[in-house]
Amino acid sequence: MKPPPFEYVAPSSLEEVLAQLEEGGFDARPLAGGQSLIPMLNFRLARPSILIDLNGVEELSFLRSSEDGSVRIGAMTRQRAVERSAEVARAAPLLAEALGHVAHPQIRNRGTLGGSIAHADPASELPAVMLVLQARFRVAGVSGERWIPAAEFFFGPFMAALDPGELLVEIEVPAREHGEGWAFEEVARRSGDYALVGVAAQVRVDADGVCQRASLGYVNAAPTASLAPTASEILVGEVPTSERIAEAARTAAGDDCDPPSDIHASHVYRRRLADVLTRRALDRAFARAAEVHEP
Amino acid sequence: MSARWFGAPVPRNEDPRLLAGQALFVDDVQLPGLLHAAFVRSDLAHARIRSLDLSAVRAHPGVVGAYSAEDLGDLCIAGPVLVPPPPIERLEFHARTPLPLARDRVRHVGEAIAVIVAESRYIAEDAAEAVELELEPLEPAVELEGALAPDAPLVHEDLTSNLAAHVIQEKGDYHTAREGADRVIRRRFRYDRGVSGALENRGIVAWWDPHDGRLSVWDTTQAPIPVRNALAATFGLSESQVRVIAPFIGGGFGPKIMFYGEEIILPWISLRLGRPVKWIEDRYESFFATTQEREQIHDAELAVAADGTILGVYDDFLHDTGAYDPYGLTVPINSQCTLLGPYRVPNYYSEFKVVFTNKPIVTPVRGAGRQHGVFVMERLLDAAAQELGIDRVEIRRRNYLDPDEFPHDHEILYQDSAHLTYDSGNYAPALERAATLIDYEAFPAEQRKAREDGRYVGLGIVSYVEGTGIGPYEGARVTVEPSGTVCVATGVGTQGQGHFTVFAQVVADQLGVDPAHVRVVTGDTMEFHWGTGTFASRGAVVAGNACHAAAQAVREKIFTLASHLLEVSEDDLELADGRVAVKGAPDHGFDLADLAARANPLRGAVRPGTEPGLEATSYFGPDRGSTASGVHALILEVDPETALVKILRYVVVHDCGVVINPTIVEGQIHGGVALGIGNAFYEQLHFDESGQLSNASFMDYLLPTASEIPPIQTEHIETPSPLNPLGVKGVGEAGAIPVAAAFAQAVENALAPLGIEVLEIPLSPQRLFDLLERVGVESRELGGLGGPGRAGDPAKAAEDAP
Repeated sequence: MKPPPFEYVAPSSLEEVLAQLEEGGFDARPLAGGQSLIPMLNFRLARPSILIDLNGVEELSFLRSSEDGSVRIGAMTRQRAVERSAEVARAAPLLAEALGHVAHPQIRNRGTLGGSIAHADPASELPAVMLVLQARFRVAGVSGERWIPAAEFFFGPFMAALDPGELLVEIEVPAREHGEGWAFEEVARRSGDYALVGVAAQVRVDADGVCQRASLGYVNAAPTASLAPTASEILVGEVPTSERIAEAARTAAGDDCDPPSDIHASHVYRRRLADVLTRRALDRAFARAAEVHEP
Repeated sequence: MSARWFGAPVPRNEDPRLLAGQALFVDDVQLPGLLHAAFVRSDLAHARIRSLDLSAVRAHPGVVGAYSAEDLGDLCIAGPVLVPPPPIERLEFHARTPLPLARDRVRHVGEAIAVIVAESRYIAEDAAEAVELELEPLEPAVELEGALAPDAPLVHEDLTSNLAAHVIQEKGDYHTAREGADRVIRRRFRYDRGVSGALENRGIVAWWDPHDGRLSVWDTTQAPIPVRNALAATFGLSESQVRVIAPFIGGGFGPKIMFYGEEIILPWISLRLGRPVKWIEDRYESFFATTQEREQIHDAELAVAADGTILGVYDDFLHDTGAYDPYGLTVPINSQCTLLGPYRVPNYYSEFKVVFTNKPIVTPVRGAGRQHGVFVMERLLDAAAQELGIDRVEIRRRNYLDPDEFPHDHEILYQDSAHLTYDSGNYAPALERAATLIDYEAFPAEQRKAREDGRYVGLGIVSYVEGTGIGPYEGARVTVEPSGTVCVATGVGTQGQGHFTVFAQVVADQLGVDPAHVRVVTGDTMEFHWGTGTFASRGAVVAGNACHAAAQAVREKIFTLASHLLEVSEDDLELADGRVAVKGAPDHGFDLADLAARANPLRGAVRPGTEPGLEATSYFGPDRGSTASGVHALILEVDPETALVKILRYVVVHDCGVVINPTIVEGQIHGGVALGIGNAFYEQLHFDESGQLSNASFMDYLLPTASEIPPIQTEHIETPSPLNPLGVKGVGEAGAIPVAAAFAQAVENALAPLGIEVLEIPLSPQRLFDLLERVGVESRELGGLGGPGRAGDPAKAAEDAP
């Protein structure tokens, strides 16, 4: 369990990082928190020619609120810092709640928001949460930068919409709207394990209790982080009664999700979990949304 | 003599060193010119080695050597059967042990084929990619039952089937007993495979020093003296030329009692190259290269009278030994013997077949087959209680051996080749105490109330015995040095059990010193070179009593010498606080330091026959093992919607004879329970049909962590063993043994209205989900589950009985 040989550089500016990435091409790998990459190196599953350590690049580590209330987070910001941030608690409490399920505090102390998102592991919590939050990602290369919406970022297992030479540098999370409720639910074998299935829910109801928006994001229920548009349609424009929530949960599990089978859980079991967890997440999210309108 | 320290919760002598990072582990050993080894292992479960070319490896910069079976020459012979089978009539046993490096065939994934020696482990692993190895895949025999099918591929081509052993042991006449039974319970049980999961994997540093003419080997072994003896014999060296040191070890759990090919190869490399060489098993290779345990399938029957009295037990089981059987029959014999538990079983028929499969080798892992026996018996009793409408605690109580029935001979042979004979026991108080601690009487009401809140809680309570402290013998040397320091040396290895404390306590009482001032050395053959090792929950029993005997002998020397010097009768002397003195005249005496100096005069004359120093070496060997016992009880909650289980409370009432140190006993039990919880719910090795292991990492092989282990309440009952002067019994494996049985019963109890039966372990969430699916539970129908459970509810159980 020793990694194959690789070159190692530790630049201190984004400019140098991008130049190294460009030069290294397809075989270059940026090293963020290393919580996934280092085990992959030790198993010789990843064989980069050059490892570009981002940990000395201070400009990639920040967390601030914009005037419009959205939160802008540097890709190298540690997960634990995001989890404990007052700005995040205000603008995107779903993110803070979900981060509590990401591995263990020791790992979140080291793991970064950008690293987990760019890794695009379908079993990770953050991609699903980013979909629900409708986050945007700023990616940079030597020839410039662009913004990619979360909905266009995850397109396969461990596949993100990054071109060779590009680096995820910033995550922008829009602020929660008035009347929005949220919840994150997952089932993991042990505390801190990858979820067998996880659900991120964010919903909005109007003053009459009618659902205006219902977004459901799934962890480990499809080859990539995924949404449940069919289930959302069942909820939007309706009063979220327990029957309707149950129907939406069944639909999400049955129609929107396509969970994998592995040694920990079968496809059928995961569907059941998606159903149960969706219902639990929606119950909590609608309860939170309703609180806003309580006199 | 007062027992001031024996039985006291003395803080562990070894902890300051361990906690401060000052304890030596094998990987801490650094030597000038140290080389590093990495093994090339088979990727296939079953294959013929067509060709192996290491020339490119040898040309790799930094590689010092690369060796195959051919290079090992005469050394590449199959190892010994470490534990020959007991002399059971009609026993059939086919010994097949592995070569240090595979020569023509590989029989499991991870079997070693070549070793690469380089200036660093990184280089060795890089060079391993240059090995030119051609393996011709052969069909593997993977699944336990399938491996006995007539057309199954043969693991060992020279045998006519994959049958490794066939054993029948009988007591009384089960078939007649069955005819007279009011009810016969028959079930099929399955127990799957796991790893021992020691924090520290195996590791070896070997150093042949030609100037000294000595081979030194640091080894994570539980049995340093047998390793030394084997190495001396293998390399034609005197035993005094070989020093094996088992330093601090991060957990043994059984697999480190094995003698592995790596333990021959590393010394051979050092002898060949004249440089020290290190190999540290990494976690990945540990999943294949270190032995494993627990795959068995039982078809078992319990014949009972209407009042729940056991009339007889029938068990026919398969035991998966993996590709080889170097540890003989210890594991399945333990299963066979431990099944009888604390119960009076007048008629017993037990038959097992040991089966070769193309999977890693099976040898004892903490519990060592005892889990299976307990699981089968306790599950049968639960089913009987259910069918007969008898309370599950009551059916156990009715069948317990009474305190006046000891010693109790079960008339079959145990792993130590002696009759399975329980030395002593008193089972009912443990059951009653455990029932009280877990609030057994109040639980049905608690359960009903929880169900009203939509929660499904269940209680499990089970009994077990554990054969411990088997022979043949261990020894110890106790020395009072002229500094006053008391030194104890013993041959057993230590893997965290607390030997540095309990041996010190045993000696401290005899010599009137503080155990904190007793220096204990274990597992260094230069310090003590007679003994067998740490296994079968025997350290405290066998080595502990040897320490006691040696300390007693030193105490006698102290009294004899002091009596002579002080010119008083020995009866007039007392020994306390490091000083021997005339009773009532504390000034008239000697500190032990002073006496030790006088016992070793540098000039002058001594009386003929005088032995120098205050030192003695003694040995202890029991007639047979002592039998510990206990009761585990737990309460857990099942979420039937997600198939997750959470253990809320855990109670252990345990009897390991006289307790030397209650804190250490509790620690042993806590660790054992954690291992048992892992076995019961989390841990399972997943081999696919090609014999590949799908979860060879701690990401996918789920050891329970501190978060998954509930608070554990322990109490001790002390029934002394008559087989040793200290009256102690072993405790090392106890905690791990009955957990699955208790867990299964509690899950059934939580879901009692559904009538599911837990017959397979681990009961993973997937398996629980499948069970729930089978009884047709839709998550939305769970509201209809309410009402009291059947198990533990005699009235309801009686209604349901067919």
